[in-house]
Amino acid sequence: MEVALAIVIGVLYAGGLYLMMRRNLIQLIIGLGLLSHGANLLIFTAGGLRKGGAPILAEGEKAFSALPADPLPQALILTAIVISFAVTAFALVLFLRTYQTLGTDDVDAMKETDT
Amino acid sequence: MFTLLTFCFAAALLAPWLHRRLPAYAGAVLALAPASVFIWLFFQLPAVMHGHPVEQSFLWVEGLDLEFALRLDGLSLLFALLISGIGTLILFYTQGYFKGHPQQGRFLMYIIAFMTSMLGVVLSDHLLLVFIFWELTSFTSYLLIGFNHEKEAARTAALQAMLVTVLGGLFLLVGSILLAQAAGTWRISEIIQRGAEIQAHAHYLPILILICIGAFTKSAQFPFHFWLPNAMQAPTPASAYLHSSTMVKAGIYLLARLHPALGGTEEWAAILIPIGTITFLLGAVMAIGQTVLKRLLAYTTVSALGAMILLLGLGTPYTIKAMMGFVLAHALYKATLFMIAGGITHETGGETSIDKLGGLRKAMPISFACALLAGLSMGGFPPFLGFVAKETWLHALGDYPLLMIATMIGGAAYVLVGFSIGWRPFMGEMPAGLHAHEMPPAMRVGPIILAVACLGLAFFAGTTGHTLIEPAASAIAGTPLKVHLHLWAGFNKYLVISLATLAIGIGFYRARPLWLNLAQRMAGWARFGPDATYQKLFASILKFAAWQTRLLQTGHLRHYIRYIVLATTVLVFTAFLRAGGLHKLEGLTPLTVRTGALAVLMILATVATVHSKSRLRSILSMGVVGYCMALLFTFFGAPDLAMTQLVIETLTVILMALAFYHLPSFRHSSSVRTHAIDLTIAIGGGVVVTLLVLAALDVQTPTPISDYYLEHSYTKAHGRNVVNVILVDFRALDTLGEITVLTLAALGAGALLKLRPKKKEDRP
Repeated sequence: MEVALAIVIGVLYAGGLYLMMRRNLIQLIIGLGLLSHGANLLIFTAGGLRKGGAPILAEGEKAFSALPADPLPQALILTAIVISFAVTAFALVLFLRTYQTLGTDDVDAMKETDT
Repeated sequence: MFTLLTFCFAAALLAPWLHRRLPAYAGAVLALAPASVFIWLFFQLPAVMHGHPVEQSFLWVEGLDLEFALRLDGLSLLFALLISGIGTLILFYTQGYFKGHPQQGRFLMYIIAFMTSMLGVVLSDHLLLVFIFWELTSFTSYLLIGFNHEKEAARTAALQAMLVTVLGGLFLLVGSILLAQAAGTWRISEIIQRGAEIQAHAHYLPILILICIGAFTKSAQFPFHFWLPNAMQAPTPASAYLHSSTMVKAGIYLLARLHPALGGTEEWAAILIPIGTITFLLGAVMAIGQTVLKRLLAYTTVSALGAMILLLGLGTPYTIKAMMGFVLAHALYKATLFMIAGGITHETGGETSIDKLGGLRKAMPISFACALLAGLSMGGFPPFLGFVAKETWLHALGDYPLLMIATMIGGAAYVLVGFSIGWRPFMGEMPAGLHAHEMPPAMRVGPIILAVACLGLAFFAGTTGHTLIEPAASAIAGTPLKVHLHLWAGFNKYLVISLATLAIGIGFYRARPLWLNLAQRMAGWARFGPDATYQKLFASILKFAAWQTRLLQTGHLRHYIRYIVLATTVLVFTAFLRAGGLHKLEGLTPLTVRTGALAVLMILATVATVHSKSRLRSILSMGVVGYCMALLFTFFGAPDLAMTQLVIETLTVILMALAFYHLPSFRHSSSVRTHAIDLTIAIGGGVVVTLLVLAALDVQTPTPISDYYLEHSYTKAHGRNVVNVILVDFRALDTLGEITVLTLAALGAGALLKLRPKKKEDRP
């Protein structure tokens, strides 16, 4: 299982990095998205895929009878998902404006600061 | 001693302020600092003479074995006396030389700071402390050479001198560290007790070579000699002080200081004797062809430094005595001649070439007298200190006929230079249009005192030898030596050789036009010299930097990403290999069918995202990846993550689809080659991440934090969903930060959308 996920993470990283090196602005954003998926999955896998239920106590119980999944990586990833959304949204608006101002979406054409 | 050093540094800091308050007398007032050092040193003479060095130390950095250790023995004392004594006179001279110059305060500050650093070099008893002061002298020398910073030649020369000496300083640092390791102590006074131990050490030869390079760069030995004549761009007070009598002798001092530890071996002789001889002869020969006052002096300084290294390299008690005598004689006459040379240029309105000067004896009688005395001492005429030194020197070389001949040639060149400065500018007729007057009193003090010393110390040669040279020579030799200097040593073969040298020298002087002619014809050879090599090296370093900048700083975002990914991949992979690669993969969960299917689907979706030429397909494929992630989270007990992922992924896809309405389709594509390179780099990055994940699985870390949360989630925070409790309770502040990020992103995006950019054609 872990090996399969490790390969998936590798593919996500490779795809994300490749897209970030393309000339189109949109591909850059999509690449960023793939990269954050990869990163989240990396934390998740590295945190240990534990058998057991969700870290939620059943009604009426005060302690876990069996060890549930590790809550800590989950909390981290939850934060990461939300933040990566914020970054993506902001980047999207920024690129949109860049395109409208510069009249190009070619990253290679964006060499000057003086426009 | 520490108090004196602090006092002098304080004087340096005060100099600009003092100059503003007392523009006419700042030099004289500041001269009190070196003068008080001189007087203090003078009173230490009796104790040091009887073999009782003055010591002082306190712990500087605890745990690093770094002591601020100072020690005044015979060798330090002679150098310190020269530094403080000539320093005092130089400050007077500066006051006259820079009269009315608005930047005089700055110059005074530099030169006093230099003087203090130089005192630090000769007083330090800790190798690292020596290095620190050593570098300080390089740095202050840089400031002094580049004092006329609006002149490009001055800036270039300053940089050259600093690069050469600081580079040498780095060699010295490595050498010092090795030496301290070999000796087991940083204290120089202890190191020189352990000569046998160090010379038997495996690192003896590297230590010797490294320290020699440090000393040779500083003391302008071949092939590093070229910076010294160029450094004549410095104002004359600095040249007279740094580049004749003090700083360039730092290398000599260091080698002399370490002679008991490193010297007396075949390697020592094999390095020092040839280098010293070459430098001695080269400097002398080059000096003959010069016409500019200060360059004449500079080349003879190079030559004199070579002679000192040569004598030190021979390392017999005789040569050591001769060397110290020469150090003293040279410092006195060279500083005088430099001050006179500067005075001539100063009082004739900037004339620097001796061939355009003449008949100054009437206008500048006192300068003439001083120059003649010093020039005769330089030539080695009796009854001057230079004569005494030269006789001792010839005596010491008695067993080396070849070196004796070299000394005669060099000595004859010294006669020529001595006459060129002490005689030629003052005799004959004054060229038309040349106006000159005597130097002001402040500038006269130094030359008069030093020129009289050239003569006077010779008459008291016995006392000079006993009180100054003997303790210094004993410190170099490591055993007590007896020094008997005589003005009249009786009629022997050395006297004959000495007189013969003088005769050849006078012949050389008469034939000067011939030499100048020859020098002009040889000028083309300079392009093979070390100076040209330095220039080439310097230019190629700049070229390399420019090439590298062009290569890396392309201005393309894509290239930067490429470099970052490549560098990270290579570094992480190297670390991975060094850690031993993958060890074992134990305790893995078996692959279930649904997870396997999901993994395949994710891979396919990723490939589709990358490969698709359509924007919409690409985004949708990315959405598929996101939803698969959500599913995966539910498989492994993370329902909260799954929910969040679902919501966010949906939002992202909608947002992107909306934005794309305004953006063009994928129009720009790179070349096939670029694609191939990027793909290789990206796949490399992916593989390394995969390996990293697998490696991370091997690391079994205890989970005390998670266990704490699981245990106390309900009892302390009254929440059943542990992940939620962590976010809103245990780590609530982190969540606050997260919300802040979201808010900022929203504000930023809002502001960007609100601001209507001007159309390109509307702008000027």
